[in-house]
Amino acid sequence: MTLARDVRGMLAVAAVGVLFMLVAPSVLELFTIINLTTAIALAVLALSLALIWGYGGILCFGQNAFFGIGAYAYTIAAINFGGSSWAILVAILVAVAFAVIIGYVMFYGRVSDVYLAVITLTVSLILYSLIRRTSGPDYKIGKSLLGGFNGITSPPINLPWDSSFVLFPEHVFYVAMGGLILAYLFTSWLTRTHFGRVCVSIRENELRAELLGYDVRFYKLAIFAVGAGIAGLAGVLFCNGVGRVTPDVFNLYTSALTIIWVIVGGRGTLIGPILGAFGLFYLTSALGTQSTVNNNLVLGIILVVFVLGVPKGVIPTVADWIAARRSRRALRVRERRMRMRRTRGGSGAGVGAGRGSPDGTGAAARASE
Amino acid sequence: MRQGEVVLETRGLSMHFGGVRAVDRVDFALYENELRCLIGPNGAGKSTFFKCLTGQLRPTAGSVVIRDIHVTEREPFEVAALGVGIKTQVPNVFEGLAVEENIWLSARRWHVPARARSLTAETLERLRLGDIRTSPVGRLAHGQRQWVELGMVVAAEPWLVLLDEPAAGMTHEETVRTAELIREINRTATLIVVEHDMQFIRMISHLVTVFHEGRILMEDTMEAISADSRAREVYLGHRA
Ligand SMILES: Nc1ncnc2c1ncn2[C@@H]1O[C@H](COP(=O)(O)OP(=O)(O)OP(=O)(O)O)[C@@H](O)[C@H]1O
Ligand SMILES: [Mg+2]
Repeated sequence: MTLARDVRGMLAVAAVGVLFMLVAPSVLELFTIINLTTAIALAVLALSLALIWGYGGILCFGQNAFFGIGAYAYTIAAINFGGSSWAILVAILVAVAFAVIIGYVMFYGRVSDVYLAVITLTVSLILYSLIRRTSGPDYKIGKSLLGGFNGITSPPINLPWDSSFVLFPEHVFYVAMGGLILAYLFTSWLTRTHFGRVCVSIRENELRAELLGYDVRFYKLAIFAVGAGIAGLAGVLFCNGVGRVTPDVFNLYTSALTIIWVIVGGRGTLIGPILGAFGLFYLTSALGTQSTVNNNLVLGIILVVFVLGVPKGVIPTVADWIAARRSRRALRVRERRMRMRRTRGGSGAGVGAGRGSPDGTGAAARASE
Repeated sequence: MRQGEVVLETRGLSMHFGGVRAVDRVDFALYENELRCLIGPNGAGKSTFFKCLTGQLRPTAGSVVIRDIHVTEREPFEVAALGVGIKTQVPNVFEGLAVEENIWLSARRWHVPARARSLTAETLERLRLGDIRTSPVGRLAHGQRQWVELGMVVAAEPWLVLLDEPAAGMTHEETVRTAELIREINRTATLIVVEHDMQFIRMISHLVTVFHEGRILMEDTMEAISADSRAREVYLGHRA
């Protein structure tokens, strides 16, 4: 019953996404659509962290490392291959392979949560400073220069069967939106599988999962790698939206922002962080056009407000609120029915029902907490 | 009682924390289908002993052999894979997940989906958790949480079961029910149960091992132990 409602919710979200994908290009301006593509790419990045942190319980502070690796790998591969299709696959695989390597060290070495956050952040920052130093003709992979802090111009996606037919920005929007919807459906499905539930159980209690016979290290590594693959895909979409990739994908600002999307949107949901990424993307671009308040200051304030005031994030808080309302209403209906029965029924039954009602109230109130 | 094969054996098992000898050169043997109780004052090393048996701690010295397999260096999940179920002293449950999902995660580890589902239903009924099966475990009373953990152990259908204070914090009725359940488990599995409650031990066990300062003080029936002056001295202040 609850599962069915769950699945319906997931399909509804996907349907809204598809509708938006079909309608948006005909009602919005091209500039807005191009901007949206970037926001969508960031939403996919948020989704990847929603999966591994919100469901896997792995606080990866450097999720953008895989995002950046995806963007760079795509760009370099697309330049060398002269086409995008294999480059997309390469980008995702490189991100996954990188995650498997550092994940193996961290999870099989049983590194604690705090160190894991520090290590992943450090990895991201190391990549940032390394890639910034690659200016000049000496630094190249195949035909592609790495470009140092200027980055590389990313070849746009082309049709899979015709590499000379390059997609226009409005078409890239479709690709990005399609990517987001598929990634959302995939992660929603994954979190409902046995594998996904084991990951959630590890988040809840690692020792218990281990004592039940699950190899915690393997599950963590696996979900970490899947998250990295999705972040890699986000990187591909991002460099297509922006048109180039620069070392900034690895910087501290991007790391922090990714965490903030998930905190604001809500851990333990997938749609929350997606909406969080969209919301903050538009907030920061709105703030970017003015100069009275500092952008980072606003983000900092948002973070503090959420951590202190809405620690669960927007979506879980709203969901709790709706659930509480629903159970209150169910309770009222039950009470009304009870009262009706009492007025209709004999006095003996009436006393019984009357005594039963306070108990019922207590239980339901507890359940709705 | 002492018949059949030895299914669990430790030789010279020691676990030291700095200067604390929590477990100290313990030689212990458990026979098939036994229901053994482990008693001893606080800090005697009972829980530490359990942790060494299940791979949660690497012993400082000595060995643990379960059915001829050396498990001393194994990970907890590998020990579980041998068919060993453990209930820890502080309940380890999946707080945020529903009761039935807690149980299902255990059953599903070893069984195909259909069997896991029916096993989950059976276990819920057996432990009388049916009414609260959709509640998150984090919201339950202490006694019920203990049963959820017991349910997780049972649902895996282990042949060797280690229970660390399964009746702690339970009401009298809950305790009686737990004793019943333990006897029921014993029909298909070998058990070690750590308890402080002597009444409870009398309900379930024949042979009792007394731990004291990391060592086995004595091993006998509850009657003999109650009559023994050393054991009484060790347990001074406890109901005996
Ligand atoms: N991780 C640890 N680090 C240091 N000392 C420990 C650790 N675990 C247990 N000890 C010590 O080892 C000794 C045995 O503890 P243990 O928990 O095994 O006792 P117990 O018999 O289970 O006691 P209780 O009946 O209170 O549960 C105690 O002195 C305890 O302080
Ligand atoms: Mg103990």
